[in-house]
Amino acid sequence: MKHLCAILFSVAAIAAPPTVIRNATILTITKGVVKNGSIVIRDGKIAEVGENVSVPEGAQVIDAAGQFVMPGMIDAHSHITAESVNEGSVSVSSMVGVDDVLNPEDIALYRALAGGVTTLSIMHGSANAIGGKCIVIKARWGKDAPGIVFEGAMPVIKFALGENPKRSGGTPVAQGGRGRYPATRMGVEDVFREAFTEAKNYQAEWREYNEKIKRGENAIAPHRDLKLEPLVEVLEGKRYVHAHGYRSDEMLMLLKVSDEFGFKIRFFVHGLEGYKIAKELAAHDVGVSTFSDWWSYKVEAYDAIPYNAALLMKKGVLVSLNSDDAELMRHMNQEAAKTVKYGGLTETEALSLVTINPAKQLGVDKQVGSIEAGKDADLVIFDKHPLSNYAKVQKVLIDGTVYFDRDKEQSELSKKDARKKALIDKEKQQQQQESPRRPGAARRPS
Amino acid sequence: MNRFAVALMLAWPLLAASNDTFLLKNVTVHPVTGPDIANGMILVENGRIAEVGPKVAAKGARVVDGKGLHAYPGMIDSATQVGLAEISSVRETVDTNELGDFNPQLRALVAVNPESEHLPVVRANGITTVMTLPFQAGGGGMRGGASTTLIAGQGALIHLDGWTWEDLEVRRGAAMQLVFPSLETRSFRMESMSMARTPFAEVKAAYEKRLKDLTEFFEEARRYQQAKKGGAPGFQPDLKFEAMLPVLEGKMPVMVLAARERAIRDAIQFADKQKIRIVIAGAREYGKTLADLKAKGIPVVASPTLELPLNEDDPYDSAYTVPAELYKAGVKFAFATFNVQFARNLPYQAATAVAFGLPYQEALKALTVNPAEIWGVSDQIGSIDKGKWADLMLTDGDPLEARTQIKALYIKGKQVELTNRHTKLFEKYMNRP
Repeated sequence: MKHLCAILFSVAAIAAPPTVIRNATILTITKGVVKNGSIVIRDGKIAEVGENVSVPEGAQVIDAAGQFVMPGMIDAHSHITAESVNEGSVSVSSMVGVDDVLNPEDIALYRALAGGVTTLSIMHGSANAIGGKCIVIKARWGKDAPGIVFEGAMPVIKFALGENPKRSGGTPVAQGGRGRYPATRMGVEDVFREAFTEAKNYQAEWREYNEKIKRGENAIAPHRDLKLEPLVEVLEGKRYVHAHGYRSDEMLMLLKVSDEFGFKIRFFVHGLEGYKIAKELAAHDVGVSTFSDWWSYKVEAYDAIPYNAALLMKKGVLVSLNSDDAELMRHMNQEAAKTVKYGGLTETEALSLVTINPAKQLGVDKQVGSIEAGKDADLVIFDKHPLSNYAKVQKVLIDGTVYFDRDKEQSELSKKDARKKALIDKEKQQQQQESPRRPGAARRPS
Repeated sequence: MNRFAVALMLAWPLLAASNDTFLLKNVTVHPVTGPDIANGMILVENGRIAEVGPKVAAKGARVVDGKGLHAYPGMIDSATQVGLAEISSVRETVDTNELGDFNPQLRALVAVNPESEHLPVVRANGITTVMTLPFQAGGGGMRGGASTTLIAGQGALIHLDGWTWEDLEVRRGAAMQLVFPSLETRSFRMESMSMARTPFAEVKAAYEKRLKDLTEFFEEARRYQQAKKGGAPGFQPDLKFEAMLPVLEGKMPVMVLAARERAIRDAIQFADKQKIRIVIAGAREYGKTLADLKAKGIPVVASPTLELPLNEDDPYDSAYTVPAELYKAGVKFAFATFNVQFARNLPYQAATAVAFGLPYQEALKALTVNPAEIWGVSDQIGSIDKGKWADLMLTDGDPLEARTQIKALYIKGKQVELTNRHTKLFEKYMNRP
């Protein structure tokens, strides 16, 4: 059945007619700007980009005269569609994963899409030093949970530093708190060192066992440990670490822990004080995914500066902008525009913060993040330059399929209103018929 | 040399020549109240605008070359907690949300910290005046503070530069803040960090009780007013009722926080009955009340444009289009951020409203002259007109675009620093070896 589905799916993909976006200003991000250019899309992929392209016969044409096309934006820090975010009961919760609790019907997914975001990293929360496994998704609104998962993205785990992981420990049990270790930044460091010490032992046990088996010796397999397995994957470079951190001291601490145990931090999320340790981050080849200008909402966000992204970029750190918020994510292009003001980034540099850079950080830059032949046709069409605060998203394509169309959205408003009214009327009618409620009458679950 | 250093150097000659009498020349003047003046001049005398035009005599004043920049009036944020709240999660640094249902005697102005790091951060983006309010919805720090209140106290209109809160004052008691009872069935529970639903009947009963309490408080205040006027025997002063007198006399507007149509309708009825002046603030859903607001001349402080739709099934752009709807209905409105940490982004609230249907000129007005009129200070601030304070920003383009730089800022004719905590940290760490 699985095979049959796959065949049917690929047949459908092949059967879909090619699409051409014409007459647009194309902001490729990696290959410059093409004025009055076209993009040919075949089988969900970008087939050709340029001023002169060969338009396939029977191609569906999107005329984007006077409009701008950029790659679908990527939000490297989101919690939308996650039905639960924090398994905060323990300090190490690497056994849980957000992929188990995805709700593709979360309206926030459609709103992300309407803001031009096509790829999101759905992260576990920051209540514990070692959090849960994360999942990268595409905003394929209308698909089921497996249908929104970004195929081929690197597995990810969330780590967290500072106020959030220590907060749970702040109040002793006697005073009604959880009393969970750690309650200090010192304790947070220790949680990492303890966990990776355990993980190394576990890794060694399995290594020894596998070698024995290889040699044809008799051996008993070690107990499988679902908590330590992801950490071994981290040690073996098979799973990325996205670490929540604010202050420069705590981020430096984790860099040192990663040196000690021989693993890599892929990037820091928030990283609001990343600018203070740009040199160390660059030397470790560790990225930062930060806010444009959010600050002062807690003590560790008091030294946040809107120049963070620009400074980090100038000092050689791979940096992106993220939202961590269901509203902020709707205008990531405007967030990028602020880095032109704060720190003087060029337009392409600014847009790279929400496209190719987060793609690299998430390990999906082979598929998305720029407009190049061979990449997924995840594209946003704006009526104005996307760095203008007046720009509106007109169309969003994912894998070559139009998932958002502002004209259609507008023209269907009255139809939707009528449908909503009809549903409300129907429910009112039913309520009238049902009342007084018969004993034992079926009730809807709540 | 980085671009930032260049920007500082460009700004320097403007900054070096600082006192409050000067002739600014070679600027495109955007008075907001009248047509733009290309290559115009502004004469500032003792901090006030003395003359504006294509050609203005210096009258011996120092001449400042505006270098072809654009001059706009400083922007006004009509709802913030700037100066009252520093770090929102730390109660000790937050002075909004006092305990108690009725606190008309509280004055935001006296709690404004003139040294707050937020003042220079916010003004660096061209905002020269804010309404700072005693109550923030969902605010007051994470611990303590009243989560509900009715009359929260008196908001103050302040300039974003001064040594003391007396210096900052544009108008103390610019508005009485009333948090109108809410009919929301869904509410966020801090303990469980989740949304909870209360049955409508329960919510409605509570709503009516709160409305009754509010009416009784106003009636008591009115009895106090009459007793005072009539010199009733045994009359004793009461600070709460005393603070209500300017409201009852129609001298102080009441800023009513109300989210939905039903609450707005009830607030209008309440205002009619109590014969008070109101300003509706932060509403998300006006429905049929727009016609009433227009007919009765009730102005509005628009809820932030960059906000989520109120209901799950609302159009994705429902918050973006509200300012355009207000304009089309003929309701006078002003923009606001209702916030501290995003207050500097006030102009982008306006830009999104323009993208979704609001005429550009109306957006500019809602950032400047409209709030000045709503708060009764249009003789002082809000446009580049003779007699007003010289609250000016010089920009290299449209201030509603994030890419535009603010090159110089004047408050009461005095040039103020554009440096702040953020620029200083940037410079320090940009130069880290």
